[in-house]
Amino acid sequence: MKNEGLTKVDLIFENIDSGKVLSKAFRMSNDEILKEILDSGLRGRGGAGFPTGMKWKFTATEKDPEKYIVCNADEGEPGTFKDREILDKVAYKVYGGMAIAGKAIGSKKGFVYLRGEYRFLLPQLYMELDKFHKLIKEIGYDFNIEFRMGSGAYICGEESALFESIEGFRGEPRNKPPYPTTSGVFSKPTSINNVETLVTAMMIIDKGASEYFKLGTKDSRGSKVFSVSGDTPKPGIFELELGMTVKQFVDEFGDGDTKAVQVGGASGFCVPRKKFDDTIIGFEGVPTGGSMKLFNSSRSMYNVLHNYLDFFTEESCGQCTPCRVGCQQLLKGIERVKKGEEKSVYLHELVKLADTMKIASKCGLGQSVGNAFKSIVENFREEIIY
Amino acid sequence: MINLLINDQQVSVPEGTTVLAAAKQTGVNIPTLCNHADLCVAGNCRVCLVEQKGAKTLIASCAMPVSEGMEIQTNSLKVRNARKHVIELLLSEHRSDCTKCYKNQNCELQRLANEYSFGDHIFLDLTTDHQYKIDRSSPSFIKDDSKCIRCQRCVRTCSQLQHVSAIAVANKGAHQKISSFHDRMMSSVVCTNCGQCVNRCPTGALVEKTYIDQVWDAIYDPSLHVVVQTAPAVRVALGEDLGYDPGERVTGKMVSALKQLGFDSVLDTDFTADLTIMEEGTELLTRLKKALVDGDKAVSLPMFTSCSPGWIKFIEHKYPQMLPNLSTCKSPQQMFGALAKTFYAQKRKIDPAKVVSVSIMPCTAKKYEADRPEMRSSGFKDVDYVLTTRELAVMIKQAGIDFRSLGEDHYDSIMGDSTGAAVIFGATGGVMEAALRTAYEIVTGREVPFKNLEITPVRGMDGVKEASVKIEGTTEDWNFLEGAELKVAIAHGLVNANKLMRAVTEGKASYHFIEIMACPGGCIGGGGQPIPTSMEIRKKRMAAIYSEDEHLPLRKSHENPDVISIYKEFLTSPNSHKSHELLHTHYVERESY
Repeated sequence: MKNEGLTKVDLIFENIDSGKVLSKAFRMSNDEILKEILDSGLRGRGGAGFPTGMKWKFTATEKDPEKYIVCNADEGEPGTFKDREILDKVAYKVYGGMAIAGKAIGSKKGFVYLRGEYRFLLPQLYMELDKFHKLIKEIGYDFNIEFRMGSGAYICGEESALFESIEGFRGEPRNKPPYPTTSGVFSKPTSINNVETLVTAMMIIDKGASEYFKLGTKDSRGSKVFSVSGDTPKPGIFELELGMTVKQFVDEFGDGDTKAVQVGGASGFCVPRKKFDDTIIGFEGVPTGGSMKLFNSSRSMYNVLHNYLDFFTEESCGQCTPCRVGCQQLLKGIERVKKGEEKSVYLHELVKLADTMKIASKCGLGQSVGNAFKSIVENFREEIIY
Repeated sequence: MINLLINDQQVSVPEGTTVLAAAKQTGVNIPTLCNHADLCVAGNCRVCLVEQKGAKTLIASCAMPVSEGMEIQTNSLKVRNARKHVIELLLSEHRSDCTKCYKNQNCELQRLANEYSFGDHIFLDLTTDHQYKIDRSSPSFIKDDSKCIRCQRCVRTCSQLQHVSAIAVANKGAHQKISSFHDRMMSSVVCTNCGQCVNRCPTGALVEKTYIDQVWDAIYDPSLHVVVQTAPAVRVALGEDLGYDPGERVTGKMVSALKQLGFDSVLDTDFTADLTIMEEGTELLTRLKKALVDGDKAVSLPMFTSCSPGWIKFIEHKYPQMLPNLSTCKSPQQMFGALAKTFYAQKRKIDPAKVVSVSIMPCTAKKYEADRPEMRSSGFKDVDYVLTTRELAVMIKQAGIDFRSLGEDHYDSIMGDSTGAAVIFGATGGVMEAALRTAYEIVTGREVPFKNLEITPVRGMDGVKEASVKIEGTTEDWNFLEGAELKVAIAHGLVNANKLMRAVTEGKASYHFIEIMACPGGCIGGGGQPIPTSMEIRKKRMAAIYSEDEHLPLRKSHENPDVISIYKEFLTSPNSHKSHELLHTHYVERESY
């Protein structure tokens, strides 16, 4: 474990010569690109952390000549706002990453699925896209990108619901298998990657896998862009090397009175003060898609949990039983315990329900409701009851 | 073949088999709810969860294909606990007023609750948190959202089997519900009232609108004369609701039961099915003559059958430009109704105002059809009450009749005679076969050139069927058809009807005569038939229909003695003025919401 404090990194927002990197990438063979990304140890930056190189490799080995790259820019996790900044500042690197991914898997077509609330970014994103298409043509490569807009549903950030939405259907997650790498958008092999992942991939091609591999820890290589919010004197976007503890993070960003940090947004985990020291932010500890929300002692953790459950009760697609009904039960359950209408032991039943939701829900949304619920209820039980 | 272990038992199944199906093969039943044999996999109720060794989460066995070396536990403690939770969650959002519910004892959720959730409920009642709507606007069915468990079987039925999509999923999260276009009432959307959703709803969220009490009231009113007609497909399915296996013919017992229930006269829709053949066959031949001999370009061909009220409403919504192609013939039910309060009342010397006409139908759309304003040509509502096969079974049970021990009785006379041609109306292709048996004989004076009158190309479960019959050796009157090839097509299930209509309207196919039935398999798979339904069950009912035909002495509509005498005594001839007044109708264009 590294213990020398936080290391700020400047990979994502660093300006580069896009043409040079893309030319380099297009001179490489598909296998060479795949090897670089695999060797870098890069894992998806949306939160789930699937190894990017593996995802690309699976898609690359599919025989279908029609494949797609989809950039998941439906940034909807509460407390996450780093993709907005990336698209605002370095959209050309997002497009570049998509083209490189396209080259690696053998796809000529990409979609950016943009969160509905980010529509205001479109004019400049289109301007950058025109430049990108020209650049690609000059280099002599064929890759085309189109935008598709979300309409404000959190669930459409789930990859298969996102595909349904692109295809014009109601955004509901699909059964898996088949996985996107074999049957994604339009039932074609698809590699779907987070905005930050694609930018990182481009930077790995630029700097080389070995450079990137030096950053971070065994399970969490590289750096990560964090969206810091809550009770902090310096909210904002920060790119940091992975491997720090929550303690190190709080020392940097806390207001001196931090009692808990919600890592990974509503679907993430709540880390209480007593666990700051031995909790690593990363795949060996608590993973995050970027959201870091700090709470000081003025906050009621009941309100925090209520807020999250309210959110999930609204944003579940409603398709599967554990998620649709489970969220309502958790919400109503803590309300009744708080009011004294249910005995506090009822929380025990609710924790068991949260466990069921983790293993019985159809997609990642329902499966992760239990993260916040359990970590808050178990660590702040008295705040929920009294 | 793929090898896997289910509950430590070695299984070999073909690639692509689901874990659910593989388990079934080994004799392990995994409970399901959203799964239905006729529909695509949904995987959303999560009742069929099982444990796969090495997997982080439980898996939905209905949606998971088998893979080599897989190890599955279907009844581990983890599975049982999760399944109990899932069922308890469903119960918490379902208004469980079981003793008052029409689906009591016939509800899939209730059965699961019996197995997994007796005793105190774990979770809080959520039904009071929502303002649920009970939509009674359709004359055919009731949609009660408070009993809906969002399995989406109805939605899949409406889109996949019927290409109607009158209902779809609306909203998300806690507010997710099954709704219509802009939440309109079911009576003001494209819904065809086919009832296929009712047939597949696992709970009481979609049920037929029942008229059982009204019928009992009529039966017990001594001033009224209650006539009942039974559709062809009822006799091959009613048994399923009374303890028989699918495919049992219970015609004679059904007639006995109806008499015991107290109906004043038990008659047969088959009679008007035969009459339909005379009217519709004549209409077809007239259209052909106008087109071929008179060169009349305004004649609308191909002609479509008009027996299926679900299909009628479908075409009125979706292909209104094709309405002139619909036969003007009323359905057999409505022909029967019009005659019950005219011809029958006259013959029996009863005041038609005192005749109550009841029909037993495999169909929910028939309830809607009977309510159409066009269906009052007798001067009264031609058919007063329509009961489904299921409702008849309920009445038989209510009356305490031991159905098995009943003897076999015969239909009463006047409009009680029928032929095998009428019986096969109940299966897809049956109207076509009956029409061909009669039309060919009228035109050539000879029987259709098929062994034992079985026109096999129009039979079977293919979604769209085609056939052609070469007309040779015509009689003098029909010389203009000599050598002509009569091209026909058949579709059942509105998704197939839509395919055929598209081909016809785009000019990709040309036919003279097309039979369309709204429901899969035709009336045997109707929305009013016993629950459950599946291809296997429908095939058994279909086989029973054809065996009924085979066992009848008369098998051609024009040989029905009641039909011959009604023309002699009352209607004069097919398509006569009187026929048009009573037996034919018109259609209206409808908006497509």
